[in-house]
Amino acid sequence: MNNDKLIIGGHEFNSRFILGSGKYSLKLIETAVRDAGAEIITLAVRRANTKEQENILDFIPKEVTLLPNTSGARTAEEAVRIAKLARELGCGDFVKIEIMRDSKYLLPDNYETIKATEILANDGFVVMPYMYPDLYTARDLVNAGAAAVMPLASPIGSNKGLSTKDFIQILIDEIDLPIIVDAGIGRPSQACEAMEMGAAAIMANTALATAGDLPLMAAAFKQAIQAGRMAYLAGIGRVLTRGASSSDPLTGFLRD
Amino acid sequence: MENSFFVDSEHLSQAAIEKKHRLEMDKSFRKNHMEYLPGMEQIESDVCEKVMSNVKNYDYSKYTAKDVRAALEHEICSIEDFKALLSPAAESFIEEMAQRARLETSKHFGNTVYLFTPLYIANYCENYCVYCGFNCYNHISRMKLTMEQIEHEMKVIADSGMEEILILTGESRSKSDVNYIGEACKLARKYFRMVGLEIYPVNTDEYRYLHECGADYVTVFQETYDTDKYEQLHLLGHKRVWPYRFDAQERALRGGMRGVAFSALLGLADFRKDALASALHVYYLQRKYPHAEMSLSCPRLRPIINNNQINPLDVHEKQLCQIICAYRIFLPYVGITVSSRESAEFRNGIVKIAATKVSAGVSTGIGDHESKYNGKESDGAQGDEQFEIDDSRSLDKMYKDIAGEGLQPVLNDYLYV
Repeated sequence: MNNDKLIIGGHEFNSRFILGSGKYSLKLIETAVRDAGAEIITLAVRRANTKEQENILDFIPKEVTLLPNTSGARTAEEAVRIAKLARELGCGDFVKIEIMRDSKYLLPDNYETIKATEILANDGFVVMPYMYPDLYTARDLVNAGAAAVMPLASPIGSNKGLSTKDFIQILIDEIDLPIIVDAGIGRPSQACEAMEMGAAAIMANTALATAGDLPLMAAAFKQAIQAGRMAYLAGIGRVLTRGASSSDPLTGFLRD
Repeated sequence: MENSFFVDSEHLSQAAIEKKHRLEMDKSFRKNHMEYLPGMEQIESDVCEKVMSNVKNYDYSKYTAKDVRAALEHEICSIEDFKALLSPAAESFIEEMAQRARLETSKHFGNTVYLFTPLYIANYCENYCVYCGFNCYNHISRMKLTMEQIEHEMKVIADSGMEEILILTGESRSKSDVNYIGEACKLARKYFRMVGLEIYPVNTDEYRYLHECGADYVTVFQETYDTDKYEQLHLLGHKRVWPYRFDAQERALRGGMRGVAFSALLGLADFRKDALASALHVYYLQRKYPHAEMSLSCPRLRPIINNNQINPLDVHEKQLCQIICAYRIFLPYVGITVSSRESAEFRNGIVKIAATKVSAGVSTGIGDHESKYNGKESDGAQGDEQFEIDDSRSLDKMYKDIAGEGLQPVLNDYLYV
């Protein structure tokens, strides 16, 4: 368990909780690091302050890895520009690709995301694409050079949990990169279930930001993610299946 | 050298006998079996390393009944679960494995069983594989059909109602070259809906050519994945090169073939390790080429002409059934073929559990379909058989038998595009 690291693009992390950027506040960042143990924090480049007051970068501890995202991008081209801007701002080589062409549901555009992933991976970025859980898209993202694949569990900000559970399981079973469940996880139990399934990490924001007691919920997520990871590593136990088996043996024909 | 398969024909010249004996006794006289020969394409691939590292570390004696039970209870069968199902500890769970295998088969294939027939068009061979009836030192009647003879054979088979054919040759590039096989494929397209090939491994561009000629499925048996044992059994010829054979399916897929089939000849070496390697070969190639269709065959050694020392009973029916059930549970989406080497009783039983494809109206000889199908004496020469078959049922009989078991025989589910 001590050697169980999350590895993304050759970088090692101990924590499997990643803080999203949706409902950001400086208090949220503080508690995510302190109580949930986050080592990666997403940063919406479009929200970076241009005026000299309360720059978010000043509030993120130096040991935390910044994950700038491309929120606001509607095409691969725009996402590439935002990613390059983030690198110029000194945010490092990590980038989470978010491309939405729907302002109502904020669902990711898989096709544009594949294109942006290929361009940015070729440019040396550690690319973490946010996507709708589709096997073909996931394979294309692997081939395009992604460092992880980040399927959504439910519509972003909905706290509805694992609506796409079966499809996320397919990605976990078939894709050799870390599968990080992003968007829609609303409760620690849902985070735990995703980790039991074999997800590599959980990204959440709204679940914490809208909780009654923020630090307490952050701690609950930390423990739930750890519990789910431990259960996955331990190997899930059996489920008894009831029902009669054929009274006529199938193997009666074997001669020797 | 420890080997029970050597037989000397009295028809060989003194020089040939001497060369044969030296090949058998003196390893230094044999070519390095891991080294490619000139003209053999070498592709970049990580599949072999993935498969063989698993096989190398497989100690089936460490698995217990507890591991087998856990494997049967898991919704998805992991590689580790599969290893448990192949172990001796799983033998006493054969009925439970069969029940689970039947469930997986019915989920993916319903109650269908596909029928096909092989057509051997030549039995010349340049290899000395000590267990094979076609080996170059075995004194048998050799033959290569002309295009007219091939077309005649195909007509006889097509008239029986068969829609899928598997074209086979001995492994001789000089006697049965790629163009000859390609021409046979073009003929086969006229009479059959699906054309498969079981020939010597070729390069990617040659697979592409054969695909354009109408073939769409390539079967290559690795025989054994144990490279040391392989070296002792394949003493001469291009077949001796183990890695070129291993990558054949991958080259076939890169050449545009729709599907590929795999197998070890169970009983040549440690059959549990060979079964593990065969299935992992499928598993890793499927992950790399997810569009491809894959299937596994499960042959055991069969007696051949002029050699009564070959005994198929090293792998008993119970172990064969165990392997097939384990294949099905680990790879529920993969076709499983059981050949006419097995008895009618075994094949009737196994199609109810896991097999999805069986041959019918089979001859492993050359140019003898008319005499076998219609009882008409052939006026031409015939080539000897590769091995003896057990289940000699005709298509008509097989169709009725399968339907009689409550299963649905299928002659074709395929469109060449």
